[in-house]
Amino acid sequence: MSKILVIAEHAEGKLNASVSKTLAAAAKIGGEVDVLVLAADGAAVAAQAAQLAGVTKVLVVNNAANTQALAALLAPQIVEVAKSGYTHLLFPGTTFGKDLAPRVAAKLDVQQVSDIMAVHGASSFDRPTYAGNAITTVEAPAGIVVATVRLASFTAVAQGGSAAVETLSISATLPGHTRFVKLEAQKSERPDLQSAARVVSGGRAMGSSDNFKIIYELADKIGAGVGASRAAVDSGYVPNDMQVGQTGKIIAPELYFAIGISGAIQHLAGIKDARTIVAINKDAEAPIFEVADFGLVADLFTAVPELSSKL
Amino acid sequence: MKALVSVKRVVDYNVRIQVKSDGSGVVTDGVKHSMNPFDEIAMEEAVRLREKGKITEIVAVSIGSEKSEETLRTALAFGADRAILIKEAGEVQPLTAAKALAAVFKKEGAQLFIAGKQAIDDDANQTGQMVASLLDIAQATFASRVDVDGGKAVVTREVDAGLETLEVDLPAVITADLRLNEPRYLKLPDIMKAKKKPLDTTTLGDLGVTAAAGIKTTKTSPPPSRSKGIVVKTVDELVAALKAKGLL
Ligand SMILES: Cc1cc2nc3c(=O)[nH]c(=O)nc-3n(C[C@H](O)[C@H](O)[C@H](O)COP(=O)(O)OP(=O)(O)OC[C@H]3O[C@@H](n4cnc5c(N)ncnc54)[C@H](O)[C@@H]3O)c2cc1C
Ligand SMILES: Nc1ncnc2c1ncn2[C@@H]1O[C@H](COP(=O)(O)O)[C@@H](O)[C@H]1O
Repeated sequence: MSKILVIAEHAEGKLNASVSKTLAAAAKIGGEVDVLVLAADGAAVAAQAAQLAGVTKVLVVNNAANTQALAALLAPQIVEVAKSGYTHLLFPGTTFGKDLAPRVAAKLDVQQVSDIMAVHGASSFDRPTYAGNAITTVEAPAGIVVATVRLASFTAVAQGGSAAVETLSISATLPGHTRFVKLEAQKSERPDLQSAARVVSGGRAMGSSDNFKIIYELADKIGAGVGASRAAVDSGYVPNDMQVGQTGKIIAPELYFAIGISGAIQHLAGIKDARTIVAINKDAEAPIFEVADFGLVADLFTAVPELSSKL
Repeated sequence: MKALVSVKRVVDYNVRIQVKSDGSGVVTDGVKHSMNPFDEIAMEEAVRLREKGKITEIVAVSIGSEKSEETLRTALAFGADRAILIKEAGEVQPLTAAKALAAVFKKEGAQLFIAGKQAIDDDANQTGQMVASLLDIAQATFASRVDVDGGKAVVTREVDAGLETLEVDLPAVITADLRLNEPRYLKLPDIMKAKKKPLDTTTLGDLGVTAAAGIKTTKTSPPPSRSKGIVVKTVDELVAALKAKGLL
């Protein structure tokens, strides 16, 4: 039977929403599912993890060195815990997991399966390649399976668990070559891009960060999160954490608005799982219309304010 | 101080990917290939660090068939001083690539390893982190700004929450994200000069590396296709259509 360890992502005493989706992938594999919390003081985070459905045990390692999630420091601790009979190590497919999982896999001398989007068996998964244009079914080699989970492919597990919490002490020596300096986080009152049911994104056509306010207005009207194309981020209209696409965030909202976005394959890679796509673009030939469920050929500077006013 | 930059030959990012109808993979024959876009950014960053006097030598490395020589010539045109081709005809997965790159890094006594954050064919996003892990050195992934000074690098990283800054001691691995820089446009004289720069060939065996057990791909399929929807003429029609579907 599988024995799965899910590595918890958290910040400021809060468990990240990515964990409950990673647990959904673990549930598909089946077996015992433990959650590992590496923190300066992990009690609060562990309590949140213990309430998630399907968790057998929450393991906590408290160490001041874990105040910030630095891959080089977390990896040796995970490797030590992994050795107690785990068959799978699952990481959320966020920048946290993508940074950390390969560092662990290399130490365990196994290839890693990145971005699993479907589970066929204990070692058989689907994963996207070529910006999601080719889905491969893969078989992990014998030995421990180290994988990251593509969040947009899984629905979060429910609350209602009551797992036991156990504190571990770790003997691994941690390197001193990496130091945290600062995090410039974007504080936003709007729904989180990766879990929002509705998302409104603006592209290069917005022309300035000032003009982006019509996107925010529309988003606020319908309670949506706000995203952007790479071109909009590169042009400095919005911060990097709003980028949607192959190399930005991969999202699966119920409703997605692509406004002044042409629909390059790298952008589409981020919205393939959106339930309904609405495109507003003045170019009727824009590739975004090939995938949009509803298209409106119009100048966004008149269409978007009009749309907001009618909602 | 020497820097190593890994450059991978991949299907060009503008190519529309075709999955073979028998599910055995994607069509790569007769398809335009080029340097992985993230590796161009890694190369550009190395060249800028040399222009600023922070590093003195750049060695470009690629693992692949002899066709990867082209990619290495591109790296030399960017400004790499030397290139090394690790010749391997078959598929090279990240752990094996990382073992080979780590071996070259050690052999060269380099201090900085710059890779792309991900190869746009396998989309693995693993190799740089694995090199750092195998060498037990620092890593700063998804970099959007790099400052090297003395034995340290200060790196700003693009993370889900925003921008994170780390300070790492060298030797270290840095992986390049899209906004680190804009790669220069290669000029003909640079391309000509690149032809005369040294390009050595070696093998995994020569480096003492055995390929790690691989992940087996049993089937490749196209993604579920989205069909073209309807085009509405006015904002009113759009609102009505979304309401009719219960979406608003
Ligand atoms: C390796 C790699 C990774 C990448 N990763 C990503 C990624 O993660 N995410 C991403 O988004 N991109 C990514 N890209 C970039 C991608 O290829 C495109 O360049 C980018 O998505 C284009 O952004 P855009 O649609 O906003 O801009 P454009 O392509 O310039 O499109 C602007 C659109 O706005 C329309 N328009 C202009 N004015 C108006 C108006 N007044 N009203 C209505 N419509 C108007 C135009 O008709 C056009 O269709 C990546 C590229 C590479 C090479
Ligand atoms: N075969 C290879 N040859 C050269 N560099 C590689 C190779 N495979 C991976 N890399 C490097 O590792 C980075 C990440 O690749 P990946 O982990 O496959 O997404 C790439 O951007 C390259 O810099």
